[in-house]
Amino acid sequence: MLLYFVKRIFLGILIISVAVTLMFCMIHLVPGDPARIMLGPRGTTEMIADITMRMGLDQPLVIQLMKFFGNILQGDLGMDVISSRPVTAIVFGQLPYTLWLIFSAIFGAMLIGIPLGCYSALHRNTLADRVTGVISVACITAPSFVVALYSLLIFAVTLKWFPAIGAGDKGDLFDQATHLVLPAFAIGISWVGYLSRLVRASMLEVLGENHIRTARAYGLTESTVVYRYALKIAILPTVTVIGVGMGFLISAAVFTEIVFARPGLGKLIIESITSRNYPVVMGSVLVSTVLFVISTTISDLVNAWLDPRIRANL
Amino acid sequence: MKALIKRISSDPLGLLGLCLVTLMVVSALGASIFAPYDPIQLNIMDRLQGPSANHLLGTDQLGRDLFSRVLFGGQVALKVAFLTIGSALIIGVVLGMIAGYGPTWLDNSIMLLFDTIRSVPTIMLALAAVAMVGPSITTVIFVIAVSSIPNYGRVVRTQTLTIKSKDFVKAEMLMGASLLRILSIHVLPNILGPLLILASMDIPTVIALEAGLSFLGMGVKPPTPSWGSILNDGFALIRNTPWPIIAGSIPLVLATLGFTFLGESLRDLLDPKLRKLL
Repeated sequence: MLLYFVKRIFLGILIISVAVTLMFCMIHLVPGDPARIMLGPRGTTEMIADITMRMGLDQPLVIQLMKFFGNILQGDLGMDVISSRPVTAIVFGQLPYTLWLIFSAIFGAMLIGIPLGCYSALHRNTLADRVTGVISVACITAPSFVVALYSLLIFAVTLKWFPAIGAGDKGDLFDQATHLVLPAFAIGISWVGYLSRLVRASMLEVLGENHIRTARAYGLTESTVVYRYALKIAILPTVTVIGVGMGFLISAAVFTEIVFARPGLGKLIIESITSRNYPVVMGSVLVSTVLFVISTTISDLVNAWLDPRIRANL
Repeated sequence: MKALIKRISSDPLGLLGLCLVTLMVVSALGASIFAPYDPIQLNIMDRLQGPSANHLLGTDQLGRDLFSRVLFGGQVALKVAFLTIGSALIIGVVLGMIAGYGPTWLDNSIMLLFDTIRSVPTIMLALAAVAMVGPSITTVIFVIAVSSIPNYGRVVRTQTLTIKSKDFVKAEMLMGASLLRILSIHVLPNILGPLLILASMDIPTVIALEAGLSFLGMGVKPPTPSWGSILNDGFALIRNTPWPIIAGSIPLVLATLGFTFLGESLRDLLDPKLRKLL
């Protein structure tokens, strides 16, 4: 068990190191001088020379790569070219907004999706089950930015039920919550479909197992059997799926933040691309990748802890 | 093939998928015949109109006919989907076979590379690439292809490992068959079925990604019509008119739904036991 934990965490660190190396290669292999690209059309020859020296771009690539790693380990992701603030501070200033959005979306999706899947499994092959199935697939395939656009159009612009832009006043929790509803809905809706299908499938599997038959044979009521015994096991796969789905959640958050003009990682990265602020772009990509690797690692570890068969496979 | 279409038609969702996909492909390929207007022809006098007999889906802020733009946008979506999935499939097959047949260190390195690619959120990878080389349809195709290679590569590797250890393959190797022969005659035909199902189920994701990137202004460059760029125009005008958003989203949603239903139906059908139908 411990060996598996160590191996899995080592793999996570290895993946992050390879990702950092690839990112370094991407910056340096792209045609053109990184300093020139970074400064864009604003750059004068003196500025380019200054940046080249300050960033150590005149040194051999291997040494630059070592420095790149060293800086990242110290939490130094470089300087914002425009405001000269550290990238780490900027990225971590925006990250909580994205995390809040992602967590409320997935929490809402669990609240609706799991009971829906349960209902479908218990009323298998009825009309309600089939309708839920088709709606679930439709929810899964609807691109999050289309859902975001429609919810903005219907609930914010036309009906004016919810605010259209921003994240709400700092300190005013109610205002922040109302600003969260539509973006979280746009991200969460496809997860409602996804989780309901997943829970339905695993519930059907669990309901056919021996311990459920035994529980029924003991004369326990149907609701006790379903909620105390079956559902407890059937919702386990959702843990893994949410961990692995972190990448999709981050991607969906990028779109939603743009549509609702919400602060966050996605809005930061798009604005940085437009203003050619490369250190911020790379910093955001790196932080989101690390976030994704951490969440898949945790979900693998939780899974291994729950299911001993997996440990044997690494 | 006929039998396959007949089987799909017996599944209502599969049939719906097949119809939607056919509609999309025909309307995109025949865009120059069906489109009533030039998709990039400006007509400022008729800007921001609602749907009418002249403009079925209305016009955008520059007076361009949205229906024509939607039809030509389908061409972009199809082009991106097929080029992306085609190249990812070829590279994935080659890398997966190398990983499955090659020495352990090579296998481990390829798998590590796959794991790394999979751990960068696709949109983030795309945005990083756009930041470095600028937005274009080529960047979109390249990034989505790179991010889908591991999906195919992993399947190919697992299947190659399974087939490699089969007795008939071992016997053929003893008879002196070359590696190339074994891979192309025995391994490839055996993995083609699952790969094609996987590819068909990837199409909606790719179409949505292209539209998403173009929506962010990081994909297809104007004035080329793409469903995503129509939605981007609509987003800017959301307080004035809902029509560009409706026009851009309908084909996008129908196409992703169609390909998903068709893909799921194909997957259910092409279960190995039913493969003789092909």
